Amino acid sequence: MYQYDVIDRELVNARTAEFREQVSARLSGALSEDEFKPLRLMNGVYLQLHAYMLRVAIPYGVLSSNQLRMLAQVAREYDKGYGHFTTRQNIQYNWPALVDIPAILDALASVEMHAIQTSGNTIRNTTTDPFAGAAADEIADPRPWCELIRQWSTQHPEFTWLPRKFKIAVTGSPADRAAIGVHDIGLKLVPGDKGIMGFEVHVGGGQGRTPRIAAKIRDYLPARELLAYLTAILRVYNLAGRRDNLYKARIKILVEDMGPEAFAAAVEETYEAIRGRDLAVPAEEIERVASFFTPPAPGRALENAPTDPAFARWRRVNVKPHKVPGRAVVVIALKAYGQAPGDASAAQMDLIADLAERYGEAEIRVTKEQNLVLPHMDEAALPALFEALKEAGLATANAGRASDIVACPGLDYCNLANARSIPIAQQISMGLEAAGLDEAAGEVTVKISGCINACGHHHVAEIGLLGVDKKGEEVYQLTLGGVADGEAAIGKILGPGLSADDAVRAVIACVRVFADHGANEERFSQTLARIGTDPFKEAVYGA
Amino acid sequence: MKALTANRLTDGKVVYRTSEGVWSVDPAKAEHLTEDTAEAALNAGLRDILTVVGPYLIEIETGAGFTPGGRKHVREAIRLSGPTTGSTKSMPGARHVPV
Repeated sequence: MYQYDVIDRELVNARTAEFREQVSARLSGALSEDEFKPLRLMNGVYLQLHAYMLRVAIPYGVLSSNQLRMLAQVAREYDKGYGHFTTRQNIQYNWPALVDIPAILDALASVEMHAIQTSGNTIRNTTTDPFAGAAADEIADPRPWCELIRQWSTQHPEFTWLPRKFKIAVTGSPADRAAIGVHDIGLKLVPGDKGIMGFEVHVGGGQGRTPRIAAKIRDYLPARELLAYLTAILRVYNLAGRRDNLYKARIKILVEDMGPEAFAAAVEETYEAIRGRDLAVPAEEIERVASFFTPPAPGRALENAPTDPAFARWRRVNVKPHKVPGRAVVVIALKAYGQAPGDASAAQMDLIADLAERYGEAEIRVTKEQNLVLPHMDEAALPALFEALKEAGLATANAGRASDIVACPGLDYCNLANARSIPIAQQISMGLEAAGLDEAAGEVTVKISGCINACGHHHVAEIGLLGVDKKGEEVYQLTLGGVADGEAAIGKILGPGLSADDAVRAVIACVRVFADHGANEERFSQTLARIGTDPFKEAVYGA
Repeated sequence: MKALTANRLTDGKVVYRTSEGVWSVDPAKAEHLTEDTAEAALNAGLRDILTVVGPYLIEIETGAGFTPGGRKHVREAIRLSGPTTGSTKSMPGARHVPV
């Protein structure tokens, strides 16, 4: 994985020192809260219901074992012994004291981590396929391009005060595990006519209160022109995007207002004026960055796999094919039945770091499904890995199944939320376990958001729940048919809002319909397309 | 009835303003305010910029004890008692033994 150079190191250290002074100024009264708030947000510090929250950047979801150990140490020393992995492939701490945050940032900087640009109206952490560099179906590794975007976008002076936050996703696989259709910019690596890699460019996707699927504005962009083209898109948005209305400030609104064709034309005009100059990435720089992301050597094949049915199920559900012989991609679902989705204790993080070193390449990924991935595991070590994970409550065989629920922090933590998400997810997962439905049903995404900001990605869930406030009570809207990856789609509301208990029952009922009607390895969305919504309506609302 | 709440500047903890004009993490010490006294308490709280962040008034049930009321009662009950999600610290593997 990428290693900091002297510029990265100096930048992060300078920023950490600067924030220490800003915290000190706030505590002394030299800065008011109004003055301090934008500064703390630029450093990932929010104030939530019960405490400050610190969001730490995990660039394109890639962690070294040493970095994961440091995240564990921060959880242990400065928080309540756990961290919360997010749908943006980052980690959040829910309980740090403001006075401790400069020390936390120092600790993070010592392992090449920080919280810069994890909030604010700027370019956020780029997200990508958590199986990048490992997936058997990958056309090209997106990580070098994510790293170039990271370097280009970090403290970019022109794009520090955008109309609104800005999110870029990159996929190198046709399966698109990065959900490029619902990002401000979605990039898909594609081979050009002469075999030279380039990008298909999508713009204007997003969730929130106005969910939109991104429009494709270019079939092919030579890869070395990426930064020039991104600059052109951001420049058009920065100048023309709305700043008068928070809810209309995202690029999706601009693309919709202008029309994708007119927006694309404005981008092309800007791009023509800047292309081929400083922003064209030299071949040697692409090579240098790519050299940090080499594939692992072949591993040892697993012969005589144990006959233990629990191992067999875990292997079938949580282990994915690797492009290198003798290697395997292992998904650690942070979704033990009844636990808070995405939470990992410090001890679990330490264990995962140990296992990544012992059986893999000392690397860990964070997924937008709030899970962790060991991307380069030795196949022969899978039985030992399973036993170690099982001992720590980390071997739940539900990756991609109904109980692999995505949930935002919701009203239990978040200042913006209208309803709780995590307890609903916990109850659903326990109900699914009790009913044996994880095993009986096929692959399905279940996602819960506690407000219309949609951090739980409910819009693109095959079964989605949106929590709303109805006269002081928590009410949940149920949606079906959303898709995040590949051909993205926005889910449609099935019927009237539901109480919390009814929402739990409704999701379980929908999974049961899927289990009863799903056929031939169908996904939920395929079954829904085949049988329509009536059986689901009947199961949830009665005849 | 109303009470004045905020988050403590140094660590973000939920605090309530007492009748002595100080901030306490103990809701039992919160001053119970009427429509007539609430605005003055809020104005006083807003001046405590070295102690708290974002003071605001909440509704509480009339009578003994401290029970959040009104439309935001769920939110304020969670602020009062903490997340309703259970403890991640108690999850399996909470103690790490190096492999």
